[in-house]
Amino acid sequence: MRFKPLALAGAAMLSMAMAMPAQAQTEIQWWHSMGGALGEWVNDLANQFNASQKDYKVVPTFKGSYDESMTAAIAAFRAGNAPDILQVFEVGTATMMASKGAIKPVAEVMKMAGVNFDPKAYVPAVAGYYTAPNGQMLSMPFNSSTVVFYYNKDAFKSAGLDTSKPPKTWPEVVLAAGKLKAAGHKCPFTTSWISWTQLENFSAWHNVLFSSLNNGFGGMGTRLEFNSPLHVRHFENLANMAKQGLFVYKGRNNAADATIVSGECAMATASAGLLGNLKRNAKFDFGVSTMPYYPDVAGAPQNSVIGGASLWVMSGKKNEVYKGVGQFLSYLAKPEVAAASHQRTGYLPVTTAAYELTEKSGFYKGNPGADVAVTQMIRKTTDKSRGIRIGNFVQVRTIIDEETENIWSGKKTPKEGLDAAVKRGNEQLERFQKANKG
Amino acid sequence: MEKRVRFKSAWLPWVLVAPQMAIVLVFFFWPAGQALYQSVLQEDAFGTSREFVGLENFRRLWEDPSYVDSFYTTALFSVLVAVIGICVALLLAVMANRVVRGAAIYKTLLIWPYAVAPVVAGVLWLMMFASPWGVVSYTLQALGYDWNHLLSGRDAMALIVMASVWKQISYNFLFFLAGLQSVPSSVIEAATIDGASPWKRFWSIVFPLLSPTTFFLLVMNVIYAFFDTFAIVDAATQGGPGKDTSILVYKVYYDGFKALDMGGSAAQSVVLMAVVILLTVFQFRFVEKKVQY
Repeated sequence: MRFKPLALAGAAMLSMAMAMPAQAQTEIQWWHSMGGALGEWVNDLANQFNASQKDYKVVPTFKGSYDESMTAAIAAFRAGNAPDILQVFEVGTATMMASKGAIKPVAEVMKMAGVNFDPKAYVPAVAGYYTAPNGQMLSMPFNSSTVVFYYNKDAFKSAGLDTSKPPKTWPEVVLAAGKLKAAGHKCPFTTSWISWTQLENFSAWHNVLFSSLNNGFGGMGTRLEFNSPLHVRHFENLANMAKQGLFVYKGRNNAADATIVSGECAMATASAGLLGNLKRNAKFDFGVSTMPYYPDVAGAPQNSVIGGASLWVMSGKKNEVYKGVGQFLSYLAKPEVAAASHQRTGYLPVTTAAYELTEKSGFYKGNPGADVAVTQMIRKTTDKSRGIRIGNFVQVRTIIDEETENIWSGKKTPKEGLDAAVKRGNEQLERFQKANKG
Repeated sequence: MEKRVRFKSAWLPWVLVAPQMAIVLVFFFWPAGQALYQSVLQEDAFGTSREFVGLENFRRLWEDPSYVDSFYTTALFSVLVAVIGICVALLLAVMANRVVRGAAIYKTLLIWPYAVAPVVAGVLWLMMFASPWGVVSYTLQALGYDWNHLLSGRDAMALIVMASVWKQISYNFLFFLAGLQSVPSSVIEAATIDGASPWKRFWSIVFPLLSPTTFFLLVMNVIYAFFDTFAIVDAATQGGPGKDTSILVYKVYYDGFKALDMGGSAAQSVVLMAVVILLTVFQFRFVEKKVQY
């Protein structure tokens, strides 16, 4: 009996020696902002990649909210310890693009890694957002979402509305909201992310410009234009709804999400990424539909634009690291990996192949509503609907929050509020242009 | 009688103050100098291109009418926080001082909030006032008051003042309690024998003896309201609705840490520093005269 522990120890040592890699692994630091269930998704992606090969080890680190991880990465970059991969929200895209010395274009990284890279494989509306004017893809699409319309079927039933016919246009939204209110609902309609849902996506959906020079895609000299007659008309409509208690403002950013999931608000425009949360936590039957539009506007509905984040590769790393990053990024884009990510999170598929694979598997039939975001995005884009890419976007969005709050509270008329937001926002754009003229 | 300490050696006093000076240099003058330097620069977020712009950052501030407005917001906020914080803490301290049984429990409970991080305090109060399911807003609704800090500037200001006062009350309470316990009981007893009412005893004996403490707390509370409250604002109102609760320090935090505008944020922190220096000088010049030591 004495030799047994010894043999065990020997076997353990042997297996340890076998598990040791032939050469040292190259570690790849990945900073991200995916908490909770999404954090598990990110960890699973890294673990699966690490298990698939021996040379590289991706180490994901949760760094707080999008703006927190970006601030942390910028501080780290200034101190010379930037991570290798950084997840940046769409609002930070122009800032990253302008910081030429800080980033390494994904297209270049893929070339260094020697992996097959075809920008055309990516969903055009998503990839186009992260592509420089010269056609070079700068960052890797990762978790892109878009705006969809949610409605509470139970509330619809109690208000005598047809649950299979969600309102398709804004006049229909007003009618439905009126009926919901008459049936006793305190919050017929609300929205998360005012700027993103009611100005940025509203503009693309109606094929009008949010800002000049093709929403910033044409250069740094872009100026805001969201005080056009159509925008003012929409905000007058919303302000009237607010006055009658049909639209209830629930706060900045995604504060309204909680009121949608709890069933307090019956209809809402919010991120497609909310779908997973609703599926898990909503105690009522809900439906997903396309964003409402004004039927008399020519060209509407066009397509929606993205939100969410992409992966940026930071500059100044060893070649070995870039090789690994390239391997990892192309792993994420594999049809089966990308399709699994799309189905798991509700975010858009990054490649067309991943979308087709998901469709073939019958996923959309089993999960009604999951395809709304995709079908809204996968259309031919126009110069006005490719996306919004402006500098100092964080400040511009806050200015929009501030000025539209003045509209809901009745301090300013919709025209005054939008004009003020455009004026103050343009000052931010001028400053961005000045600071990044190099 | 000679009050000053006399050192025979020429270098010993310098050596003795050196550690203190080193700390002040590293933790105050160096960052303050950095802020001054940053305030005349403009750079992109990553600091890859930086440029000297002179007083451009300051000029931009004065051209922004909302920045000038936020001085008014800040003044209102700081006065409310300092005055309410000091009054409530004084009341609590006087009451706690009279408690004989279970005094330790009361004191512990009153000191508790100081251990709470500002951002947690903000979230806590936000929860209570979140409409329609917050405990307080629900009650207010039942009483007929339609609480809505998302769209009413007054409600939003009330919310951040309450959260900030609640967070600071423990600090004020501790100092007042210590002050009250050092009031000689013989004086109070003498006044009682002379027939002075409790009210009279408090205003003509206890409060004057507390005046140095009150003055100290006034200075500290103003500094607290000016510098330490951005996390509460960020968690509770984010400066909204509109700009109604956008106090100066919140804008410094927002522009620096969220919007990554280092130059603008540094310029604002320099302005804020100047305002607080002026206020402190004013307090020592004029308010301190009323203090009896």
